[in-house]
Amino acid sequence: MHFLYPIRQGKLRLQKWYVPLSDKEKKKITRELVQTVLARKPKMCSFLEWRDLKIVYKRYASLYFCCAIEDQDNELITLEIIHRYVELLDKYFGSVCELDIIFNFEKAYFILDEFLLGGEAQETSKKNVLKAIEQADLLQEVRHLIKSLWMSEISCY
Amino acid sequence: MPAPIRLRELIRTIRTARTQAEEREMIQKECAAIRSSFREEDNTYRCRNVAKLLYMHMLGYPAHFGQLECLKLIASQKFTDKRIGYLGAMLLLDERQDVHLLMTNCIKNDLNHSTQYVQGLALCTLGCMGSSEMCRDLAGEVEKLLKTSNSYLRKKAALCAVHVIRKVPELMEMFLPATKNLLSEKNHGVLHTSVVLLTEMCERSPDMLAHFRKLVPQLVRILKNLIMSGYSPEHDVSGISDPFLQVRILRLLRILGKSDDDSSEAMNDILAQVATNTETSKNVGNAILYETVLTIMDIKSESGLRVLAINILGRFLLNNDKNIRYVALTSLLKTVQTDHNAVQRHRSTIVDCLKDLDVSIKRRAMELSFALVNGNNIRGMMKELLYFLDSCDPEFKADCASGVFLAAEKYAPSKRWHIDTIMRVLTTAGSYVRDDSVPNLIQLITNSVEMHAYTVQRLYKALLDDISQQPLVQVASWCIGEYGDLLVSGQCEEEEPIQVTEDEVLDVLEGLLVSNLSTPVTRGYALTAIMKLSTRFSSVNRIKKVVSIYGSSIDVELQQRAVEYNALFKKYDHMRPALLERMPIMEKTATNGPTEIVQTNGETEPSVVESKHLPPVTHSCISQSFDYLLLLTLCLGIPPMTAYNKNGLKIDFTFERANPNPNIAVITIHASNSTEADMTDFVFQAAVPKTFQLQLLSPSSNVVPALNQGTVTQVIRVLNPQKQQLRMRIKLTYTLKGSAVQDLAEVNNFPPQSWQ
Repeated sequence: MHFLYPIRQGKLRLQKWYVPLSDKEKKKITRELVQTVLARKPKMCSFLEWRDLKIVYKRYASLYFCCAIEDQDNELITLEIIHRYVELLDKYFGSVCELDIIFNFEKAYFILDEFLLGGEAQETSKKNVLKAIEQADLLQEVRHLIKSLWMSEISCY
Repeated sequence: MPAPIRLRELIRTIRTARTQAEEREMIQKECAAIRSSFREEDNTYRCRNVAKLLYMHMLGYPAHFGQLECLKLIASQKFTDKRIGYLGAMLLLDERQDVHLLMTNCIKNDLNHSTQYVQGLALCTLGCMGSSEMCRDLAGEVEKLLKTSNSYLRKKAALCAVHVIRKVPELMEMFLPATKNLLSEKNHGVLHTSVVLLTEMCERSPDMLAHFRKLVPQLVRILKNLIMSGYSPEHDVSGISDPFLQVRILRLLRILGKSDDDSSEAMNDILAQVATNTETSKNVGNAILYETVLTIMDIKSESGLRVLAINILGRFLLNNDKNIRYVALTSLLKTVQTDHNAVQRHRSTIVDCLKDLDVSIKRRAMELSFALVNGNNIRGMMKELLYFLDSCDPEFKADCASGVFLAAEKYAPSKRWHIDTIMRVLTTAGSYVRDDSVPNLIQLITNSVEMHAYTVQRLYKALLDDISQQPLVQVASWCIGEYGDLLVSGQCEEEEPIQVTEDEVLDVLEGLLVSNLSTPVTRGYALTAIMKLSTRFSSVNRIKKVVSIYGSSIDVELQQRAVEYNALFKKYDHMRPALLERMPIMEKTATNGPTEIVQTNGETEPSVVESKHLPPVTHSCISQSFDYLLLLTLCLGIPPMTAYNKNGLKIDFTFERANPNPNIAVITIHASNSTEADMTDFVFQAAVPKTFQLQLLSPSSNVVPALNQGTVTQVIRVLNPQKQQLRMRIKLTYTLKGSAVQDLAEVNNFPPQSWQ
C-alpha cells in the first residue's frame, strides 16, 4: 500500500504515506486524488486507476477513506482492510463520528499503526489490536499518574 | 510564560475560524508561541507543542521547525513523549532530511527497551520510513526480534524486515535463518506477516523462491485449517475465518506454484476446495475467490481447474456489486489470450457490460470485447461495438474507433461490409479518429478496387451532410479526387447511383477550401483532389482557375501546391495525365511490392520546377501527407517515353532512380490498350545486354482493359554499373479476341539521363 487517508469535502483528516515523497509532491497528489474521488458518482465502483496505481475508496457517512495500492494487490481485500480500520475506530471511540477523528487525530494514527505496518496488515484480530492500544494508553496514563503524585500540574497534552 | 494551550483547545479554536485568512492568522500566532517554547528547551510541554504542530501540519501548514523536537521527544524516557515523537517522525521526517539519521541511535536503544510497546513504536517507525542507511545499521536488531517468542514483537519485526529488504535487498540473506519456523506459529498476526515476508523474499530472489517451495505443503495445511475449522470469533469476518491470511497465503502459493509442476499439483486440491466452498454473498468471500482465481490462472493448473476459475469470473460478471464486475473484467482481460475459448463463452455478458454506467467497467468491457472478436462473431460484435461507439463518452471514442478499424481489417466478411463499417465510424466518431487512420483507410479503399464507385458515392453523400469531421473530410476528398469520374458517371452497382454533375462535385471541394471548419491539412487534400480531377473531368478551365487563385494563398503549403499544379498546366502539361493517373494497389511497407520506390519523410513535393533535379516523390503508403498528386515519380527530370506502340497496344516507360544505388534505374512500364476488346493473359518480358542486370517484378495485372480504360503496370530494375547506353529487347504476348498474339521489339530510344 502506498498511502491511505480519510477526507471530507476536500479536507484531509488523516494521511499515512508508506513511500517517501516530498511535501510538495504529497500535496500535489493529494489535491489531484481528492478532486478525482469527490467527482465520483455513487453508482460508480470503488476502484479507479491513477498513474500506475489502483485507488480503492469507500465512503462512510461524511468521510471518504482512500487507499492507493499496487497493481498486484487485491482490491477487494483492500476494501476489507479499510472496513477493518473503520471498525477499530468505531470500537475504540464508541460509535465513531468525524469529530472524534478530528479531535483525537493522534489516537487515530496510533490505532492505524497497530493495525498496519509498512503498508501491510500486522494483526488480523480486531481484539488484539484494540488490546494493544488499550495497554499503550494505560502506559501513558500510568506515567501521568505517577507524575501527578510528584508534580503539581498534570502535563497531559 | 503561561502554559501553552492544550491540543484540543487549539483544534477547537482553529475550527471557529470563518475564513482561510483568519485560520492562517491563528496558526501563525500559535506557531510563534511554539517556536519560542522550543527555544526555551522546555521539556514539560514539548510533547504538547509537537502534537499541536502535527495538527497544523495536517492542515497544510509548514512544520519543519518541529523536526528536531520530534527527535528530542523520541529520546525522552516518557512513553507519551515517545509516542508523539515517533508519530511526528513518521509525519514530518523522511529519508530526504539529513536530520533523520539522528534517530538511528534512539531507535536502536528503543528496539532493546524493556517495554514491548516502546519496542513496537521503534519497529513501526523503522518499518514505515526507515532509510537505507538506517536499515543497514539496524537490520541486526530487527533480525534478533524476528526470532523472539513474543508474538507482538515478532509480527512487527517481520514487516519491518520486509521494509529493510525493500530498501537494502542485499540484506535479504541475513533474515533467512529466522524464517525457519515462522510458519509453525499459531498466532495469526505472526502468520500473516510471515507470509508477507516470505512473499517479498520469493518475489525478489529466484534462489529464495526455490528454497521456499518446500513450504507449499505447510501453507496448504494452514489454509485447509482455516477453511475447515469452525467459527473462531477472534478472526471471523462474515462467517469466514481470517480472510486476510487466506488471501495472503493464496498469493504466496501463486508465486511458488508458477512454472513449477510439482508445487502446482500439490495445491490443486485446496484451490478447488476454496473455489467451491467459499461463501459468495459478501465481499469478503469474493475477495478470497478473486485471489484464488488469480492463483489458478497463474500456476500450472489442470484444465478443469482453469475452467472452474473462468466460470467463477463469469459468475462475478453477473453479480450486482459493480466492484465484483470490475474485478472480473480485469481478470478476464488478463486471461483472454491464454484461455480464449473459455472466455468466449461469457461473451454476451461481457458485451452487456458495455452498457454499464461505470466508466472503468465500460473501458474494460470494451477492451475485452475487442479481444474476443473473431471471424465467427464479427458481424454481431461489430453491431454492438458500433452502437457503443455512438453512445460512449468522448474519452473512449478514439480507442474504440481504432479498435473497430483493426478488427474490421482482420475479420471483415466482405469488402462491402468493411467499407460500410468504416463509413459508419467516420460519420459517427469522425473527429475522434486517430490521424494515422487516414492513410490506412485510404490504402484500404484503394485496394478494394471493385468498391471504388460505391465508396466514393457514400463518401460524397457524407460530405454533403457534414464537413466538420476532418478525418472523414480528408478521406472523402482523396477519394473524390481519385474516383470522381466514377462518381459523375453513376457507375455504382452496390446501391442506387446518384446523379451528380462535375460542377456539383467541384462546388463541394471548393467549399472545403474556403470553409472555416477545414484544417490546413484538409485544404491540402481538397486542392490536390481538385487538381486530380483535371484529368478525369472535362471542366479543366474551372480547375485551372481555382488552382491559379491559390497560387497566392497565405497558407504557404497551399501556395506551393497551387504554384506547382499551375506549372503542370503549363510547362509540364504533357506529363499531367500520367502524373495524375489512378493510384495502383499499395503495399503496407514501402520497401517491398511491385513498385520499388524511394521513401521520403512527410511532405514530398517537387521543388521549384525550373531545376532539373527534383527530389524523388514517392507514393509510399504510410506517410503524413497522403495526397500525392504524382503517381509516378518525377525523378531527376527524366522524361517518360513510349517504348512500343503497335496494333493498339502502347507501352510507356517512366523512370526513377533507386536512391541508395545510383547505378540502378527503376523503370515502370505502363501498358494500355486502345482496341475494343480486352487483352488477356498479357505477359511482358524484357532482355538486356550482358553488361546489364535486369530484375522484373510482378505486374499489376494480366488484363489490359480495352479502350484505354486502365493500364497494367510493371516494374523493371536495371543495374548498369558500367553506365553504358541502355538498350532492351522486349517480348509481348497476349490474347485478343480469342487469338494469341506475340511480338518482339527493340527499345533504343532511352533518354540519356536514364543511364548516365
